[in-house]
Amino acid sequence: MPEFIIKRVLQTLIVVFLALTGVFFLVRLSGDPTILFLPPDAPKDQIAEYRHTLGFDRPLYVQYADYIIHVVQGDFGDSLVTKESALGRILSSFPATLQLALSAFVVSLVIAIPIGVLSAYKRNTWFDKFGVGLTVLGQAIPSFWLGLLFIYFFAVKLHWFPTGGRSASLSMILPTATLAIYSLARLVRFTRSKMLDVLKKDYIRTMKAVGVSTLEILTKYALKNALLPIITLIALDLGALLEGAVITEIVFSWPGIGMQVMNALMSRDFPVVMAGIFVISLIYSVINFAADLLYSVVDPQIRLK
Amino acid sequence: MTNVVRKTDTEEKSMPVLRRKSHFVSFFSDLIRSKTGLAGFFIICLLFVIGIIGFLIVPFNPMDTETAQKLLPPHTEGHLMGTDQLGRDVFSRVILGTRVSLTIGIVTVVLAGVIGTVIGVLAGFFRGWLDMVLMRIVDVQLSFPFILLVLVVNAVLGSGLKNIIISLIIAGWVVFARVVRSEVLAIREKEFIIACVATGVSGWEIMVKHILPNLFTPIIVLASLQVANFIIAEASVSFLGFGVQPPQPAWGNMLNEGKDYIFNAWWMITFPGLAIVITALGINLFGDWLRDELDHDL
Repeated sequence: MPEFIIKRVLQTLIVVFLALTGVFFLVRLSGDPTILFLPPDAPKDQIAEYRHTLGFDRPLYVQYADYIIHVVQGDFGDSLVTKESALGRILSSFPATLQLALSAFVVSLVIAIPIGVLSAYKRNTWFDKFGVGLTVLGQAIPSFWLGLLFIYFFAVKLHWFPTGGRSASLSMILPTATLAIYSLARLVRFTRSKMLDVLKKDYIRTMKAVGVSTLEILTKYALKNALLPIITLIALDLGALLEGAVITEIVFSWPGIGMQVMNALMSRDFPVVMAGIFVISLIYSVINFAADLLYSVVDPQIRLK
Repeated sequence: MTNVVRKTDTEEKSMPVLRRKSHFVSFFSDLIRSKTGLAGFFIICLLFVIGIIGFLIVPFNPMDTETAQKLLPPHTEGHLMGTDQLGRDVFSRVILGTRVSLTIGIVTVVLAGVIGTVIGVLAGFFRGWLDMVLMRIVDVQLSFPFILLVLVVNAVLGSGLKNIIISLIIAGWVVFARVVRSEVLAIREKEFIIACVATGVSGWEIMVKHILPNLFTPIIVLASLQVANFIIAEASVSFLGFGVQPPQPAWGNMLNEGKDYIFNAWWMITFPGLAIVITALGINLFGDWLRDELDHDL
């Protein structure tokens, strides 16, 4: 086990390193990077001057080595727009992302597990069809459109909530609801399929025969056994939640990492984009790592290599 | 990379080529029996018809701006879905947007599928350094939200139809490569491949004649489900102001324009979104049915 953990930590570091390398070469090789770092209407002499200050006139391998040496020290350069540290800018917006992702996660969990459990128990009834229909529909609705509809109904028409931002006390509700619904569909499907597995087991049939009450079977025996694999699947799915968070943040101007990266892309602030990519791929890798660990704990049959 | 060991394949999986050909008719009779699969199939057919002959049936030129007619609500002056901020007919633009979405969905899935399959087969069959390199690339791309990868690549390459297609392929081929590779790893342990190797059949011939035909089912199933993902990804990226640029009508950039008029033109954010949902729903319903029909353990 400790050997596995060390191996995975190394693997995570390699992946993050390769991700940065990939983006570095993508930015450098797709044309003159100086143009990416400047407003589109910059005059020619300014471009040439900037190329020199940013070091883009040096050979590529020198630039790469220089970049990696700085990155290892946590230095992604300064934002071209605000002149503050690029990494600091991204990290300062991390709490907002965490708040949104966690609250949406809790909300969707609280709704999805009962629906999934009942859906499995009442298999092929109208309730189950409703649950399955919900998951199919949920996968077809883009989260950004759902967010737009929410803004229209609850902010523009009903004036219940603000249209975006994070300053007002109620501004959390709409982004949370959007992101929660985004992950709801998949969580219902996980819960339902794992519950179906458990409900097929002999001991459940025996309990029914002996006359244990339905509620007791479901909560005390079935869900308890299905819960660990469900939690694991959900953990494996947290990456998708992060992806949804990025889009949701942009729609609602929620000042998290996703919106920071988007704004940086819009203003061609590539140091901030690179820092954002670093932080996001690190979070992603850590989540996957944790999910794999959890999986191996829940199901010892899964080999850890 | 997750360390979950895939369930080994059942024996019947090595034979789908034979079964499929002789049961072509039963394929359709199965489809008719499935309500959801048939619904998905109809939606897809309808979308294709709209995509191909859409430009013939639109009531207005989707590019025609008429500022005197701007922001008209639905059902006024012959505008079924109203007009946008430049007085263009929303219905005509939604119809024309169908072709953009379908083109992007199909072209990206075919190209990403072909690239992913070729690399997946080579990596799974030869193993060694190629496999190593491939799996590291897959790890890197999977350590990053798909949509953000498309966004960053698109921002670097520049917007436009061609570049959004390239971005989606760059971000999307790894899924195919990973699935194909794991299928190949399972197939190459089968007796008929071992027999081929033993009788001296060349590596290329084994790959093309014996492994590739057996990959048909998983690739088709994966591709059908990925089409919807790619269409939604393009819409998301275009919605964010990258991707397909106005005035070319695409559902994503129509929603982007509509969000600025959310206070006075609900139709601008409603109909293009509905079009995306119906398209994704149709493709997913059909894809889910196809998966159950062709392959029970994918």
